[in-house]
Amino acid sequence: MSKVVTIDPITRLEGHGKISIFLDEKGNVENAYLQIPELRGFERFCEGRRAELMPQITSRICGVCPVAHHMCSTKALDAAFGVDPPSAAKKLRELMYCGYMIYDHTLHFFYLGGPDFVVGPEAPPGERNILGVIKKAGLEVAKEVIKHRAYGQKITAMLGGKATHPVSGLPGGIAKSLSEDERKEIEKMAKSSVEFSKLALKLFDDIVLKNEKYVELIKSDAYTLKTYYMGLVDENNKLNFYDGKVRVVGPDGKEFVKFHASQYLDVIGEHVEEWTYVKFTYLKKVGWKGLVGGPDSGIYRVGPLGRLNAADGMATPLAQQEYEKMYEMLGGRPVHSTLAFHWARLIELLYASERAVELVQDDEITSKDIRNPVGAPGEGVGVIEAARGTLYHHYKLTEDGMIKKANLIVATTNNAASICISVREAAKALISGGRVSDGLLNMVEMAFRAYDPCYACATHFAIGKMPLEVKIYDHEKNLLKTITRP
Amino acid sequence: MPKRKAKKTGMKAVKKEKLKFAFYWAASCGGCEIAVLDIDEKILDVVEAADILFWPVALDFKYKDVEAMPDGHIDVCFFNGAIRTEEQEHIAKLLRKKSKVMVAFGSCACMGGIPGLANLADREEVFQRAYLESPSTENPSGVVPKTYVKVREGELRLPEFYDTVKTLAQTVDVDYYLPGCPPTPELILQAVEAIVKGELPPKGSILLPQRSVCDDCPRNETKPEKLSISEVKRPYEADLDPEKCFLVQGVICLGPATRGGCGARCPSGNMPCTGCQGPCPNEIDQGAAMISALSSILGVEQEKEEGYDPERLVSQVVDPVGTFYMYSLPASILRRSVMRK
Repeated sequence: MSKVVTIDPITRLEGHGKISIFLDEKGNVENAYLQIPELRGFERFCEGRRAELMPQITSRICGVCPVAHHMCSTKALDAAFGVDPPSAAKKLRELMYCGYMIYDHTLHFFYLGGPDFVVGPEAPPGERNILGVIKKAGLEVAKEVIKHRAYGQKITAMLGGKATHPVSGLPGGIAKSLSEDERKEIEKMAKSSVEFSKLALKLFDDIVLKNEKYVELIKSDAYTLKTYYMGLVDENNKLNFYDGKVRVVGPDGKEFVKFHASQYLDVIGEHVEEWTYVKFTYLKKVGWKGLVGGPDSGIYRVGPLGRLNAADGMATPLAQQEYEKMYEMLGGRPVHSTLAFHWARLIELLYASERAVELVQDDEITSKDIRNPVGAPGEGVGVIEAARGTLYHHYKLTEDGMIKKANLIVATTNNAASICISVREAAKALISGGRVSDGLLNMVEMAFRAYDPCYACATHFAIGKMPLEVKIYDHEKNLLKTITRP
Repeated sequence: MPKRKAKKTGMKAVKKEKLKFAFYWAASCGGCEIAVLDIDEKILDVVEAADILFWPVALDFKYKDVEAMPDGHIDVCFFNGAIRTEEQEHIAKLLRKKSKVMVAFGSCACMGGIPGLANLADREEVFQRAYLESPSTENPSGVVPKTYVKVREGELRLPEFYDTVKTLAQTVDVDYYLPGCPPTPELILQAVEAIVKGELPPKGSILLPQRSVCDDCPRNETKPEKLSISEVKRPYEADLDPEKCFLVQGVICLGPATRGGCGARCPSGNMPCTGCQGPCPNEIDQGAAMISALSSILGVEQEKEEGYDPERLVSQVVDPVGTFYMYSLPASILRRSVMRK
């Protein structure tokens, strides 16, 4: 008897993501489909717009990570207008970007994905949320969490005009300079964020790493996926959010390719399926082999773990120590455990905070030399590391500086194929002989939430938990059983 | 809604029967949800004043739970996002039926927002660009997503994607509007406070102050009584004085045609207003209002003087639709481009 198990909705609301799991005649998982039922068509309606509005228009792709689109778009315009911004402008942009990373990584670890881990995978779903985190970690920690999420937003707003949908990015630089008073305020917030990041890592150490069961779970087969990894690196192959070259390493950890943003079309292809509005990216040289991992499949992963795996280390001292500790504990680079995304995210939080301190103490940061004149409009590609992974904006401009063509590869698109695989593997581990364990819901949630997927990025907000419903049908589509969250 | 005494936050000492709120998002980016989170610890006051029955982003829910509610069970529904798919239309209608008060929350629900610029194309063109023409897409057999697909193991469905983006009010009856991309935390708190105190203005009101962005903007002092400019500059071409009115600098700023209350946040980032809070009080079409304001600034109505050529200036205003209707195309008199089919 063939059955279909539908988990709808997988995210915070019906219609923004749906998993269908098909069972074979023996009642084992034959295949699983994660469908994304949304498309807003930005690439098309950006055509004909003024180029300088792109950082503000594309920011509306995602209200959780608007700064990533804003900045990537600004960098694409630098390239398209053939202009190199003054070094003070680059530092201001990177400082604003660090503020965004502090906000976004804090949001994810404490509000969205992290509760699974901090409160515990076996805790009742009703407790696996920010309130559960507060209960387990204490009210003092909770206050710090709220404070530092707000600090991240504030740093971004001070440099960008506003935090959600900033405005200050322009080709050739940045519209707003930093006053000495503002500099001091950001310095205070950045230093405080370093301490907060250490606190978050200590919490992870105490609650997760000192618990053998959690460590076993991290290392378990159900959560292991061997793929290529992608991330931006600086000239020393250290991880960078804002600039550098894109490096890809193989499942064996060896460098596969390192390229400049302008070469992205040589490296990355996108595959279309009829059953979802999201496209799947893959490495062209390896090829699209369907939803499978391994060295012969072009699927790669991005985001915190993708970046750490693709880099030789961290460019700040405390983050480097934590980087070394993670690889030592999980058996060397690359780490293939999907759940290690959470750990990598906290190491990046520390890096973003340390880097913000470096930048805000830079002599040049209050310079008024923040714009360079642009050249003739042409074609350009921008790349940046969004919290969720590598992001590409590619524009062709008319001679009047209008958008002729735009192509965007969004962070979560890079991970879309891997998320599908991870969900399928988690389902396989939990379903056999037609028996669907109630633990399926938790396991499947954890599998995809580790990636912090953008279409589900708000899943665990505030007091939230993810609504889930599994429907099991027989081959004639008669409803046999419904499992819902308690 | 009964009146009560306001305390410091205006929400603490709520009456016995708590209000029932619902939040929902349709075609939007999630920024409106972040804006609600950005009221920080005051969310606890809101939770004290009202039960949140339905907040997909934060709370467990099912469609069938909403369907089971008696009509008008929810006191206030805050709905963000435009309407682009059949599923969004369905839930908007359902929530309207179940809610006493429907608030269009954020620019997308109020006016279509930036995703509303997609009305310059239709579904086929959007699909064509995304799935067939994009330079990174390898799609030799021309596959595009379908609402119903038979895969090897069974069948899968996707909601239908419409040709035209609609505002919430073009879909259901709306009681109040709170535009902004996203609305500021201050304006959100004011709106919630008015609801809790039972001090809402007449139906159809926009929950923003009766003024323009210029009235909020510290640069307004530098704007002369009679403004005229000799050249239109784009922001990347101009030096952008951080204190001077953008229009004085020749940079198009939608401040005069945009409803205020935001605190002129974009000008504080040294960039002009792009119009996210919609038309000024008593104006219907924001773009038309801005074009009218601009034509007087550019001296279009004046007699041609020697060496002064208003037509040259007008030709410097590029992409008028994207510039003057960046957030309001679906709600405007233009609404969308002509469909070829």
